[in-house]
Amino acid sequence: MKSLPNVRKYHSQVWSEPVIMELGRKGERGILIPEAEDAIKTHVGQIQSLIPENMRRKTAPDLPEVAQPQVLRHFLHLSQMCLGMETNIDAEGTATMKYSPKVNEALVRLPEMAEIHPCQDEETVQGILEIIYKLDLFLREISGMDHFTFQPPGGSMATYTNANVFRAYHADKGEGTQRDEIITTIFSHPCNAATSATAGYKVITLMPRKDGYPDYDALKAAVSHRTAGLMITNPEDTGIYNPDIKEFTEVVHKAGGLCFYDQANANGILGITRAKEAGFDACHFNLHKTFSSPHGSFGPGSGAYGVREQLSKYLPRPVVSYDGEKYHLDYDRPDSIGKVREFHGNIPAVLRAYAWIMSLGAEGLVEVARTSVLNNNYLTKMLEQIKGTKRYYAPGEYRLEQERWSWEKLTEDTGVGTMDIQRRIVDYGLQSFFMSHHPWIVPEPFTPEFCESYSVDDMEYWCAVLEKISDEAYSDPELVKTSPHCAPIHLVKYEDLDKPDKWAITWRAYLKKKGKVILERS
Amino acid sequence: MNKKLGLIVNPIAGIGGRVGLKGSDGEEILNRAKELGAQPEAPRRTVDALKGLVPMKEDIELITYPYEMGEDEARKCGLSPIVIGEIKKGETSATDTRNAAREMLRLEVDLLLFAGGDGTARDIYSVIGDKITALGVPSGVKIHSAVYATSPRNAGELAAFYLGGKSSEVRLSEAEIMDIDEQSFREDRLSARLYGYLKVPYMKRMIQCAKAGGCAGEQQALNGIAADVINNMETECLYIIGTGTTTRAIMEQLGLKNTLLGVDAVYNGKLVGSDVNEAQLLQMVEEKKAKIVVGVIGRQGYIFGRGNQQISAKVIKKVGKENIIILATLDKITTLKDAPLLVDTGDEEIDKHLSGYVQVISGLGERIVLKIEY
Amino acid sequence: MPTNKPFIHPYIPNSAPGIKADMLKEIGIKDVEEIYEVIPEHLRLKRKLNLPEAHPSEYELKRHVKGILSENKTCESYLNFLGGGCWQHYVPSVCNEIISRSEFLTAYGGTPYSTFGRMQAQFEFQSLMGELVGMDVVSEGSYSWGTVAGNAIRMACRMTDRLEVLIPKNISPERLATIHTFCRSAQEKNNILIKGIEYDLETGLMDLRDLKDKISQQTAGIYFENPTFLGSIESQAEEISEIAHSRGAESIVGVDPISLGVLAPPSDYGADIVVGNAQPLGVHMNYGGGLFGFIASRDEERYVAEYPSWLISIGETAEEDEYGFGFTRFERTSYIGRDKSKDFLGTVAGLWTIAAAVYISLMGPKGFQEIGETILQRAHYAIDALSEVSGVKVLFPKNAFKEFVVNFDETGKSVKAINKALLDFNIFGGIDLSEDFSELGNSSLYCVTEIHSKQDIDRLAKSFKEVLAK
Repeated sequence: MKSLPNVRKYHSQVWSEPVIMELGRKGERGILIPEAEDAIKTHVGQIQSLIPENMRRKTAPDLPEVAQPQVLRHFLHLSQMCLGMETNIDAEGTATMKYSPKVNEALVRLPEMAEIHPCQDEETVQGILEIIYKLDLFLREISGMDHFTFQPPGGSMATYTNANVFRAYHADKGEGTQRDEIITTIFSHPCNAATSATAGYKVITLMPRKDGYPDYDALKAAVSHRTAGLMITNPEDTGIYNPDIKEFTEVVHKAGGLCFYDQANANGILGITRAKEAGFDACHFNLHKTFSSPHGSFGPGSGAYGVREQLSKYLPRPVVSYDGEKYHLDYDRPDSIGKVREFHGNIPAVLRAYAWIMSLGAEGLVEVARTSVLNNNYLTKMLEQIKGTKRYYAPGEYRLEQERWSWEKLTEDTGVGTMDIQRRIVDYGLQSFFMSHHPWIVPEPFTPEFCESYSVDDMEYWCAVLEKISDEAYSDPELVKTSPHCAPIHLVKYEDLDKPDKWAITWRAYLKKKGKVILERS
Repeated sequence: MNKKLGLIVNPIAGIGGRVGLKGSDGEEILNRAKELGAQPEAPRRTVDALKGLVPMKEDIELITYPYEMGEDEARKCGLSPIVIGEIKKGETSATDTRNAAREMLRLEVDLLLFAGGDGTARDIYSVIGDKITALGVPSGVKIHSAVYATSPRNAGELAAFYLGGKSSEVRLSEAEIMDIDEQSFREDRLSARLYGYLKVPYMKRMIQCAKAGGCAGEQQALNGIAADVINNMETECLYIIGTGTTTRAIMEQLGLKNTLLGVDAVYNGKLVGSDVNEAQLLQMVEEKKAKIVVGVIGRQGYIFGRGNQQISAKVIKKVGKENIIILATLDKITTLKDAPLLVDTGDEEIDKHLSGYVQVISGLGERIVLKIEY
Repeated sequence: MPTNKPFIHPYIPNSAPGIKADMLKEIGIKDVEEIYEVIPEHLRLKRKLNLPEAHPSEYELKRHVKGILSENKTCESYLNFLGGGCWQHYVPSVCNEIISRSEFLTAYGGTPYSTFGRMQAQFEFQSLMGELVGMDVVSEGSYSWGTVAGNAIRMACRMTDRLEVLIPKNISPERLATIHTFCRSAQEKNNILIKGIEYDLETGLMDLRDLKDKISQQTAGIYFENPTFLGSIESQAEEISEIAHSRGAESIVGVDPISLGVLAPPSDYGADIVVGNAQPLGVHMNYGGGLFGFIASRDEERYVAEYPSWLISIGETAEEDEYGFGFTRFERTSYIGRDKSKDFLGTVAGLWTIAAAVYISLMGPKGFQEIGETILQRAHYAIDALSEVSGVKVLFPKNAFKEFVVNFDETGKSVKAINKALLDFNIFGGIDLSEDFSELGNSSLYCVTEIHSKQDIDRLAKSFKEVLAK
């Protein structure tokens, strides 16, 4: 194995920044409001008379009073204590932390995107409707589905939309009551189980085979006349691609159920394989993962949800249509499940995804997929050299997208666990890696994903840090266990945050629980 | 105030294993083991566990028994224990273990760490019940009890976390004490019993920055499982409620008296049999439609043949495979790692018949598909 | 055209052929195709995707996309009176600056160590919003007002073990449709029944007689909004909460937080759960993409236990006098609870949450008071100005905050026709209510905020006259 680069000296900025509620002095102003013109004031008279007496605010909200430069500085300080994807090497697996091109940010900030209202006349939003319609066409081609909606503002909302579409479909066929079960696997994203349950379904979860592959025999034992559908990820959380996927969808269809493909992360298979050919009736893509829209400190995202023709009529309304000349918002859809969110969804994400695809084209999308899997398998070669690691399941088989690894050996040897390393890695200026969704089937897990945005140097640096931490675990385990040491803060006392007398979800609650009198701001 | 940690080592635990003897219960076996040149495992494993407590030695008061029952191991790690009791060096017995446990109970230790096997766990349990929290350092030949940590190191870490109060990941749970009759074990005939439950700390690791919530999760899951079973209960059908804590939740929700280590029978919402034996069960199922409700033995995966031998092959055959309801929380299922569910009814034909995929109830409206093997 | 040129793209460092060859060699394969052998042959797409010609150069791409977007008419170039749950307020430059920072824009989950700043900023949103609504627990921002209203109703149902909610008919059809989705269950017996409560056609406020008729021991909660979708300040709020409580139901209130510098916080009139749309606080409309919701309640364990949302708590660290942040009762969420979770969450609205934290910080108590006042003054001026136009009548003019219903029955013209005609004056007329609220006749919902000057309002009134005269 080639030698890895030296690890940099790093220390996060530590501003010991007060909470905004502690800043400012009485009378400071952060922004001024356009005062009503005198003529208006004279015309309407006493403001108090405009509000029913019992509805007037009696005491002003106890907000801080801070001037503009200080507000800006405060939030800049906070931003400096936050590792965004663009400021480090971010390998959070299953999340596809890819580069969000700056040109797309410039586009979404144009008034033609930012300053349009969702109820404007169709005539006045032909541009954005064209973008929405064309991204729909692109995603149809990429997935083989027949119709997409962008109303779900996140991946979980897309799977929730799907559970609702399944319900509407079976209800139409008079089997709504009978089909009350949805099947998923333990290595599919947990939102599949959660949103099915929220939509009122009973959830059947399949455990993997010993070798980590989804268990076809278990599926056969689970399907019945009560099956509403299957909702799964592929490749799963582990990065393992289920080669029997077509057989999975067939056995569900045979029982009268529908199949949904959670393609939140489809980075490794763009232009390589599609939901349609694998037999799926519906799928979704996270535009904030595969299609480059930024993750935004946890949203807003976009869960583009697509279906085959027979489910098209159930999509949330409205959908965008095109008559060859003009784009329209089609609300006249009597079989629609209705709405999963007001208006049309998180449209800036749609615009970014459109621009991203238009930058890459068909050839580029395949290149994205091929480079992603190349990166991840290159990473495997380096990671398996690091003491204490183990790639879990299916030995010798290639992974697509992320990979599920384990520090079990290192933990047995040194007592240092994956959560310790997840903190320690921050001391080297890297984003904490993703461990695993719950529950941990693989002990002491970690799940890196190096999508196409990362260079060989990036990957080698990341591995060099892990190698360093592994060495530390063997030579000085306490150093790792007590980390972080170079982060904005030290180890948080989590146990307090779950106790009703200790947790403080707002500053006012914090002051009450600390017994601090709310001081008049001097 | 410093936390009190009790330590009891059964120094001869594990002595039989390396020389192919199954267990160390009984003097004759012990002598045979010694003749065969066997070395005790427990002292070395105890040292491994205690290493994890060394960093917090200033914050704990270690109380233990003399010589090889804890004192030696503690000193080897540089700890200064308070030594109580008296033993004959080199000739310890189960009585010494029980005496030590009695002392620890009297001193109200915050945690009792003990090294041994299933027999040791039973001895400790017979004295302390659920009155104090305990944790096993796995050292014996037979480890079927869930009261043992997965490794000695893990036991030490868990003890440190628990005593240090530093992690909300540490919860208390009731863990099974299982033991098999050693005579039959040595003859390759298994007959295990569920002896009871010890209160043990365990770590629940979750994603998100090393933290988890209160204990609501597990109890909520048990309540959900019970609600699911009760919602689907049929009238004119006998429910044979198996042993353990998972099925206990059903009885609690029904407001019926539960036998934790025994089998109860419910019919039309009423208790019609308490702690029934095989013969009584056979008589009951003769005349009525019946369903069997069983939990899963933690870390082992047994659903029949361990701790519930009353529900025998004959009973199962009469009730029918399709009328078996299996319950387990997701947490319990993950303790099985990749292992399947197991049956050992003593009747190979029935075992074979039971094997295959089943839907296990894991919550209200929630099923997990698992494979049964034998 | 020969296309032998290697595909090298600036977004993909390892697309350079030399690098790729080195990597393949390291893995021990000749082609990436060998990796893809894990996918069965019959599932492979054996043709090139049929997508339009790409614009790989940034210049061409930008020109192409801007070309399409130029078909849009914006609320900057047009005078806009559309509202209805997506409102045009001024977005301070500092808000734009902060959420453009790479550190916030491109962060995701991480840990309280790696994304410390985002956790503090989001805690600050919770704290600042807590002052506005008068509640000690506030969630991080979530998908939208409608989805959090759905969540709040489901919380009430779980808490009371009942399956019925009362909602006045003066609610937004968009929001009601979203709530409907959250109330439906695949198991019919678990459907949450939504009972509509009439509203008074004179005042636009809830009909309390109808409320008293319909509430029962089956009612989990009453969900109402302040101001209502039709613009009125619901002055019977306290009585509504009392009616809810008298039957053991929860009082759930939806608010427009920009009103809370002048209007009483819902905690003053008995609200148990508060939800709302925080988009007006520093987030552009974004064709509706700017919407995001929040949930708030008193600091009681039984409420906290039912939140589906991220709840960030302040706490301590291993270092003295250092603030730490983490999630409270994380096992509630779908990330841990799976099928046992409280509804679900996911990638919600983190960036908007930060924008709103900045906005509220800039505004302070004085800013909120002033913006409330200026909106009230402008809206009431507009009501009077439009009422003067012949044939135009404003319904419920007395109780308006920033929106009001304009009725055109006497003009003989449809809202649709009027709005079309207003486009010629570069004006976006109000939301057409004539289908969803047929009881209000030929009516339209107009929205006036701090951005509307006297001149703008006068221009609208003048345009009305011209349009209606035709």
